[in-house]
Amino acid sequence: MSGSSALARNAGDPARYSSETRLSVEQVSYAYSANPSQAPLFTLEATSFQARPGEIVAILGPNASGKSTLLKLISGALAPLSGRILLDGFVTHSLTPRTRAQRIAVVQQESRLLFPAQAWEFVLQGRHAHSRTLRFESEDDVIIAKNALAQVGAADLSDRWMDQISGGEKQRVILARALAQQPLLLLLDEPTLHLDIAAQVDLLHSLRRLAAENRYTVVVVTHELNLAAEYADQVVLMQRGRCLRVGPPAAIYQRELLEQVFQTPLTVALGSSGRPHVTVLSER
Amino acid sequence: MRPLTFRRLFFQCFILALILFVAVVVAMKFGAVPVSLYALARDVLRFLLGQTSQISTDYGLILWNIRLPRILLAIIVGASLSVAGTSFQALLRNPLADPYVLGVSSGAALGAILSLIAAPYLSLSPALTALLTPMGAFLGAIATITAVYFLGTREGQIDSSTLLLAGVITASFISAIIMFLMSTLSGNLRGFAFWLMGDLSTPLQKNVYWFLGAGFLLAAGAIYTTATDLNLLLAGEKEAMHLGVDVPRVRLVVYIAASLLTGLAVSVSGAVGYVGLIVPHIMRLIFGSDHRTLLPTAALGGAIAVVFADTLARTVVAPAELPVGAVTALAGAPLFIYLLRRRPS
Repeated sequence: MSGSSALARNAGDPARYSSETRLSVEQVSYAYSANPSQAPLFTLEATSFQARPGEIVAILGPNASGKSTLLKLISGALAPLSGRILLDGFVTHSLTPRTRAQRIAVVQQESRLLFPAQAWEFVLQGRHAHSRTLRFESEDDVIIAKNALAQVGAADLSDRWMDQISGGEKQRVILARALAQQPLLLLLDEPTLHLDIAAQVDLLHSLRRLAAENRYTVVVVTHELNLAAEYADQVVLMQRGRCLRVGPPAAIYQRELLEQVFQTPLTVALGSSGRPHVTVLSER
Repeated sequence: MRPLTFRRLFFQCFILALILFVAVVVAMKFGAVPVSLYALARDVLRFLLGQTSQISTDYGLILWNIRLPRILLAIIVGASLSVAGTSFQALLRNPLADPYVLGVSSGAALGAILSLIAAPYLSLSPALTALLTPMGAFLGAIATITAVYFLGTREGQIDSSTLLLAGVITASFISAIIMFLMSTLSGNLRGFAFWLMGDLSTPLQKNVYWFLGAGFLLAAGAIYTTATDLNLLLAGEKEAMHLGVDVPRVRLVVYIAASLLTGLAVSVSGAVGYVGLIVPHIMRLIFGSDHRTLLPTAALGGAIAVVFADTLARTVVAPAELPVGAVTALAGAPLFIYLLRRRPS
């Protein structure tokens, strides 16, 4: 059932190289309630934005602003209450899990393993959606997994055990698994959460390079204002379930707007890279 | 990088099959009546050549009519429980899950007993009556795993200690019901020891072996088609879904098939414990946690373990016998405690 659509995509594969819109989020809303008869505990109001291949979109906002919900909707794990999300013209929520995994890779905050695994085993898991049931990994799968590890600079971690490497190294291996899925769309949920500053910069730098090289569309949820300013092409600014603004960092990073959203005094200046830079002021 | 190949899988299974063969030979030789290896080899050869009439009558009867059927039963029961345990461990993301610990075996025993009680009141043909017990055991197993799953789930997440406690409490509750039924009802229901500890000493009709073998191949085969999905499920259901696993489908297939395996095993041997816990654990230490390897090696390992345990059960206090479940519990319970203590919280 998923085979025919996968074939259709691989034949010629025009979408991968066009500069057309790849991801289109159209008036998407969502409501969560613990019990259908009760008022919703959380709502996401109609949100729209578009992204092209090679673009990095940062979803930015304080806690409980609806960032992760928006990411889940884009991944197809949740169905929107209204509106739709299209990836190359397909509604993400309606794809089978297998087809979805061939097109969308999700990097979660934490990946906990029940039994120890080596990094290469972990990265090969990214090939699952591309192989048939019970098939042993092909030469191609192995080459793709090796390339994915090399692309994130983790080729030397291949034979290490996942529970014996540092947080930054682990994050890179998890990213390599996502690359092994050969997706069109790469979604990351607070990938820098447990990383030190060097590893954070390193990760976003890799993302920037990978998005350009492989023409991925990258959507990353974060509350690191300055990393988003430095690496994102577009910022989606969220607050309490509402999408306030969508645009390039230079247009979004205004002092009054950010102070209101993040509820803290701050200043915005132009950084040395030509992108805005935020300094949070300690005195209130 | 060393991805799994068919050759390596075959080699690993071949080694275990050899060990199983040795275990079977040992099990044939030892027992209340000693049999020399020479006589055993001569009889096996004659059997293979079709000269069954020449099999020496002094212990031919014991070998072919008593020991071999019992060994076959041990193989099927061991393989079934071990594959069921491996599956429950992956699905519930709990290395301590096992049909016995989770109460699924007790549930299956209760289902089997209820079907035996109900059988006289249903006017069924003898063939259908023979299938009634495994069916009852299967329904008992699936009802129990469903109950334990919900009892062990908090806010939509499986909580590993709550799950184990739910299993242990359910098992003890069901055991009490079994005790109650056994004390109030008389008739041909076998004893407490059979249902609660497990026992392989009761001979079965020949067609039941075929039924068991076919059921095992069907259920274990169904589980094996989800082997790579189970690998991904170890990292959690959400992550597995994002990697392309159809989680609800896999969960349904594996719960039904694992309950069927438990039901089949319990309906003929009672609740033999800890096989599904120890064997997958040992196989994981030796061969790693890839289910494409783990499922077949656990099946063979489970067969070896129960053949071995039953040989001990028959010989240690000969001419009396222990229930095989007592032997597996003696080895399994301490290992369970060890794994529980070692587990990172």
